Amino acid sequence: MFLESIRMSWMNITKNKLRSFLTMLGIVIGVASIIALITLVRGATDNISAEVTKLGGNKIFINIIGTPLKQGLSRDDAEAIKAVGNVGGISPTISGKTAIVYKDNVIENVSIQGKNEVYFKADPELIRSGRAINMLDLEHESRVAVIGSNLVNDLFFGKNPIGEKILINGITYTIVGTLEASRRFSMGSTNDVVIIPYTTALQSLGVKNISSLDVYLEDTNLADETVEKIKGILNRAFNYKEDSYTIFNMGDIIESFQSIMSMMSLLLAGIAAISLIVGGIGIMNMMLVTITERTMEIGLRKALGATPYTICLQFLIESIFLSVIGGLFGLLFGALLAYVLAAFIGIEISILFSTNALAMGFSAAVGIIFGYMPAKKASCLNPIDALRSL
Amino acid sequence: MKPVLSMRNICKSYFTGTGELKVLKNVNLIVEKGDFLSILGPSGSGKTTLMNIIGCLDTPTSGEYILSGRNILDMDEFELASVRNREIGFIFQNFCLLPRLTALQNVELPLIYSSMPFSERKRKAMEILERVGLGDKMNSLPNQLSGGQQQRVAIARAMVTNPSILLADEPTGALDQRTGNQIVSLFEELNRDGITIVMITHDRNIAVRARRIVHILDGIVSEQELKPFVS
Repeated sequence: MFLESIRMSWMNITKNKLRSFLTMLGIVIGVASIIALITLVRGATDNISAEVTKLGGNKIFINIIGTPLKQGLSRDDAEAIKAVGNVGGISPTISGKTAIVYKDNVIENVSIQGKNEVYFKADPELIRSGRAINMLDLEHESRVAVIGSNLVNDLFFGKNPIGEKILINGITYTIVGTLEASRRFSMGSTNDVVIIPYTTALQSLGVKNISSLDVYLEDTNLADETVEKIKGILNRAFNYKEDSYTIFNMGDIIESFQSIMSMMSLLLAGIAAISLIVGGIGIMNMMLVTITERTMEIGLRKALGATPYTICLQFLIESIFLSVIGGLFGLLFGALLAYVLAAFIGIEISILFSTNALAMGFSAAVGIIFGYMPAKKASCLNPIDALRSL
Repeated sequence: MKPVLSMRNICKSYFTGTGELKVLKNVNLIVEKGDFLSILGPSGSGKTTLMNIIGCLDTPTSGEYILSGRNILDMDEFELASVRNREIGFIFQNFCLLPRLTALQNVELPLIYSSMPFSERKRKAMEILERVGLGDKMNSLPNQLSGGQQQRVAIARAMVTNPSILLADEPTGALDQRTGNQIVSLFEELNRDGITIVMITHDRNIAVRARRIVHILDGIVSEQELKPFVS
C-alpha cells in the first residue's frame, strides 16, 4: 500500500514536469540559500578565527598608559608577570622613533621596537631571511637589528641586507634578519619597523619603560585566573590608579567573535527559512489544484475501497516527495553556490553533514506541514460529490 | 438462503434551505444471490440515490440495510470502505478509468486496497481481463481503447475482488446501441455464471434484459415485475 502510494505520487509528479518543477523551485531556492549562507558564514568565521588564532589565541595583550609618576613597566615588573603561573613567556615592547642611517641614506622617524626572542618564537613565519633575535642577543645586549620589508626595499634595493651596518640613534647595528611582509589580518604592520633586542633598547634608545607586553599562556582554559593575577601585579605597579593600563585576552576576542558570527549565521538562515515557508505555500497551492483536478480519481478510489487514511497518505507522500526532491536540488545548488562564492571571495569552506541534515529535515517538515491540509481535504471528499463532479 | 441484499423501509431525505426533500420513501428491496435486477426509472426518480445507498457510498436517513449479513447503518467510514472494496463492484456510466494507468493497472486498483500481494494481484487481474475478452489489451491505456473495451475494463475492475454484487450505474449510457447490447450480453453471461448484478438504467430496452425489473418513481419503488426466464 505504502509502495503503491509512492509509485502513484511519482507518476503524478513526473506527469506534470513543468508544474512540479515550478512548485519545487521555492523549496530549491530556500534550501539552497540556507546551505549557501550557513556554509559561507561558517567558512568566513573559521578563516578569520584561524587568522586571529595564528596571531595568538593564547595571548594576553597588555598596553601601558601609565601614570605621571610611572610611564611604563620596569624590567622587574615584567619579570614578576613572567613568574605568574601558567605564563609560558612574555614579549615586552619598547618603542621609540628615530632616524636610521645607511651609508648616505637617511630615513627619519622610523619606529624602533625592542623585543625579545619570545616574540619571534611565537610566529616562526615572521622571518623572511637571516635569523631572529635570540636569547644571546638579549643577554649581551647585542647591537643587532631585524628590519621590515619596506625598509629593505628602501635601503637595500637589489642588495642582501644581512650583515650590513646601519646607524640607529647614532649607534651602529648589524642587520641579522629581515621580516616577512605583514599578512592581511595582522594588527599593526611590521613593514616599516626595525626590531632590536629589548635589553639593548633599554640601554641605547633612551627609553626606560616597557610600553606594552604580550603574555603567552600555557593553558588557555586558565586564562581568566591568569589575567586576574597579572592585573594584581599591574595594579600594585601603578598604585591602583584607574585607567593606567589596558589588558585583553585574545581568547575572549576570538570567542566573542565566534559567538557573534554564529548568531549572524542563525539570523541569515532564519531569513532564508522564510523563503522555505513561501515554497511550502507553493506546494500547498499546487496540491490543492491537484486535488481539484483529481476529484473524480479520489471519488473512484473511495468507491473501490480506499479509506480516508489511504487517500490522505497518498497526497501527503506526494507533497513530501515534492519538498524532499526540491530539498535535494537545493542542497546541490546551495553547495555549488557556496563553493563558487567561496572561491570568489577566497575563503575555504566545508559543507557539513549537519547543515545538510538540517536543510533536508526542514524541507521534509515543510512537505508534511503544508501537505497535510490538502491531503486532509482530499481524504474528506464525499465520494458521491466526487463522482458526480465529472 | 439469506438474500445478499435486503432493504427495509429505507428513507433518504435531503435538508435544503426551504425544507426536507424526500428522495427515497420506504424502499423495500431484496436481492438474492445470482439475481440480475434492473432498477428502472426516469431521471430525478431517486435511482442514483438508491444506487449510492446500495453501494455504501451514502447512508440512508432511516431504515434497515443488510448486505451479506452485515448491517450497513452501524458501520463507520473505515468499515464502509472495506465493504465497498470486498462486497460491491462498481461500474459507472463513464467508466471512470484512471487515464494514466494501463488496463491491467486499472483492474489491479481495488486489489491494492485489499492489500493483496503484487504477484497475486497481477495474476488475478490478468485472469479477469481474459474473461471479459481483453487478454490482448492489458497494457493499453484507456484512451487507446474503444468505449466498449473501456467498459469491459471497468467491468473487470468491478469483478476482480469477487464482490457479492456488481452494481452498474447506466452501464450503457455512454455507448452506442450495438456496443451497449454487447455489454448487456456480457452481463447476462456473467449472471449465468452466478454473479449477482444490480443495474440502474432509464432505458427500458436495456432493463428488460435482466431477470427482474424494479420500477422507481418519485422515490417510491412502485412495482416489481418478474420476467419469465429460463434458468
